[in-house]
Amino acid sequence: MPNSVPEIRLAGFSGSPGVCIGQAYIIEKKGLDVIEKYHIQPEARYKEVNRLKKAVRKAKEELQHLIASTSTQVRDHVYILEAHMAMFKDKMLYTQAITAIEKEGLNAEWAVKKVSESVKSIFREIPDPYLRERADDITHVSELILHNLVCAEPVKISSIDKRVILVARDLSPAETLQIQLDKVKGFVTDGGGRASHASIIAKSLQIPSVLGCGDAMRLIQSDDIIIVDGINGLVIIHPSDRTLETYERLRSRYEKHKASVNRNAHLPAATNDHVTIRTKANIERPEEIVQVRDYGGDGIGLFRTEFMYIEGAGFPSECELFERYREIAEFMSPNPVTFRTLDINGDKIVPGANIQPEENPALGLRGIRFCLKRQNYFMDQIKAILRASAYGDIRILFPMISSMEEVLESKKLLAEAKDSLAKEGAKFNPDMPVGIMIEVPSAVILADELAKEVDFFSIGTNDLIQYALAIDRGNPQVAYLYDAMHPAILRMLKMVVDVCKKHNIEVCMCGEMAGEIQNLPLVLGLGMDELSINPPFIPEIKNIIRAVSQKETRAFVEEALKLTTSEQVYDLVQERYGHLFRLENA
Amino acid sequence: MEALSRTFLVHNKLGLHARPAASIAKLAQQAKSDIWLIKGDEKADAASIIDILTLACTQGTTIKVEITDHNDTSILENIASLFETSFGE
Repeated sequence: MPNSVPEIRLAGFSGSPGVCIGQAYIIEKKGLDVIEKYHIQPEARYKEVNRLKKAVRKAKEELQHLIASTSTQVRDHVYILEAHMAMFKDKMLYTQAITAIEKEGLNAEWAVKKVSESVKSIFREIPDPYLRERADDITHVSELILHNLVCAEPVKISSIDKRVILVARDLSPAETLQIQLDKVKGFVTDGGGRASHASIIAKSLQIPSVLGCGDAMRLIQSDDIIIVDGINGLVIIHPSDRTLETYERLRSRYEKHKASVNRNAHLPAATNDHVTIRTKANIERPEEIVQVRDYGGDGIGLFRTEFMYIEGAGFPSECELFERYREIAEFMSPNPVTFRTLDINGDKIVPGANIQPEENPALGLRGIRFCLKRQNYFMDQIKAILRASAYGDIRILFPMISSMEEVLESKKLLAEAKDSLAKEGAKFNPDMPVGIMIEVPSAVILADELAKEVDFFSIGTNDLIQYALAIDRGNPQVAYLYDAMHPAILRMLKMVVDVCKKHNIEVCMCGEMAGEIQNLPLVLGLGMDELSINPPFIPEIKNIIRAVSQKETRAFVEEALKLTTSEQVYDLVQERYGHLFRLENA
Repeated sequence: MEALSRTFLVHNKLGLHARPAASIAKLAQQAKSDIWLIKGDEKADAASIIDILTLACTQGTTIKVEITDHNDTSILENIASLFETSFGE
C-alpha cells in the first residue's frame, strides 16, 4: 500500500536517549478539557463543599493505592507521589477551594481550577527553573481531584496490554511511574521541561523519550506509526519507508553502540596513537564508590569531602573522618583517590551559627580561606587524609587557591600534621602527593610559580569559567554566557597545561567541561593527563578518547587557539569531530 | 510574646523542592500555632507545602524559621534537624 500521508518531523528535546519505532497510544484526559462553570445557591453550597471533600478523599485513596503498587525499579521516585498526597489538603489549594465555593458560590470543579491556576501563576514568577516547574505538581494534583469531580476515568497506563509508544500532553509522575517496561517502548509529550519529573523518571527508566514537542497530541492519532528519536530529540510521524529503514539501522546501531561502550568501560582509555588518559570519577558520597567501579573509573580524581560536615552535627573529629576515608581508600585500592579538602563556607556547617552573612558567597570566605581561618578543624581533616594514605594511593588537593601564601600556609600545616602523626606513631605516606585546584583566575596567572610548590594541578572548570567570565551560572539572565569554548578559557587552560609540562607535574581536569563529549577534542589536545568526571559519563568519554589521536587533537587545538569567538571554536569542533558525536555516522 | 526563630541555609542541590517542603509541612501541621518560613521580606506558612514551594528557596538561600508559640519549640528543633541533615538528600 503506498504511503499517502506525508511524513512529519516534530522537534522536542531528548528526555532520554535511544530510538524506538512503534504504534502510538494516545493518552487523553477525557473530560478535563472542558470544565463547566456555574453558580451554586447559598443553601446548596455546603453540599458542593462535601462533593469536593469526597472527590479529594477518593483521589487520595487512588494515589495511595498507586504508591503501594509501584514497582521496585522506580521506588526512588515514589517520594514525589507522597508529596502530592500532602498537597491534596494543602490550605493554598484545599482550603482556598472550599472558601471559593462558600463565599463566591463557585461549583467545585471551577473552584479547583481557579485556585490551582492562581497558585500556578505564582510559580511562573520563580526564577529558578527547577522550582518553577513544580507548578506541574499543582496541575497533577488538581487533575486527580477533577477526575473524581467529573467522574472521568483516570488514565490507567498500567492496563495497556500491547507494546506501544505513549503520546500525551504531559505525563504526571503518577502516570510515568506506571510505565511497564515490557509494554511501553517509549514516550512523547507536548509539555514537560528539562527538569520535569517525566524527564527525570525517563532517564532512570532508560526508555527513549522526546519531551516538549508542543504539537504531538494534535498531529498524532491513535495507532499511527511513529519514531521516537531520543538521541536528537525528534519525533517522526507517518515515516516514509526510507525513513523507517534509516531509523531501523540507527536503532540497531545505537543498541550495539551502547552495548560496546558499556563492555569496554573497564578497559583503559588510550587514544589511537596510544596515549592513555586516566579517566577518573568525581564523587561526594561514599555510596557512589560502587558506581565508580561499575562505570569503569580509573580511580577517584575528585572526592568532595563536604558531606560529613554538612550532614553531621557540627565538625566531625579526626577519627570519624579517618574511618570513612580509610574505607574509601581501601575500597578503591590500588586505584588512586584524591581528597579535596573542605570547600564550603562555614555557614553551611553550623547552620544558624553567628557567621556573618555574605552578600557574595562565591567571592567570600570559603574553601581554603575558611580552612586557614579555622586551622584546628583543618588540621583534623589533613591528619585524617594522611592517615588514610597508609591504606591506598591517596592524594590531597587544596581548593580555591588564589595566592602563593595560601599554598605555603597549607603546606606548612601539612608538615605540622606529619610531625604530629609521626610523634603519635601513626602510619601514613610521608610522600603523599599534594595538589591545588586551579579555579581562580589569579592562580592561572601565577601558575608558573605555584607549580614549583606542588605535585599536581587539578583544573576546576566550573568555577574557573564562572570567575573568569564573571558569570553566575545560577542566574538565568546570564547563564547562557557560560561557555567552555570561550577563547579566553581555552587560552587560560593552555597556559596552565604549558606550565605543568614545563615543571613536569600532572594536570587533571575535573569540571563538567571534561564530561561533555563535544569538548573532548579540545580537552585532549590541550594535553590533560587525566580527566575526572561524573561516573555515568565515564564509558562514553572513554569511547571518544579511543576514537581520536592525541597528535591530531594537539594540532587541532593550535588552530582553535587562533580563533576569537566561541562560535568559531564550536564550528571548528563540529567540522572536524562532529562525526564522533553523531551516531548516524558511527 | 516574643517569637522564637532559627536561621538555616538550604544545602539541597534542588533547593526546597517537593520532598523537603513536604517534610517541613508535615511537622508544622502538628504545631499549636503558626510556624513561618521567612526569606528576606517574604514569608510562607510552614504548614503549607505549596506556600513553601512558592517561596522559591534555592540552594544557598538563608531561611529563618519562626514559631509563634513557645510550646512549639520541639517542632522547631525537629525542623532544625531536617535542615542540618539536608533532608536526608
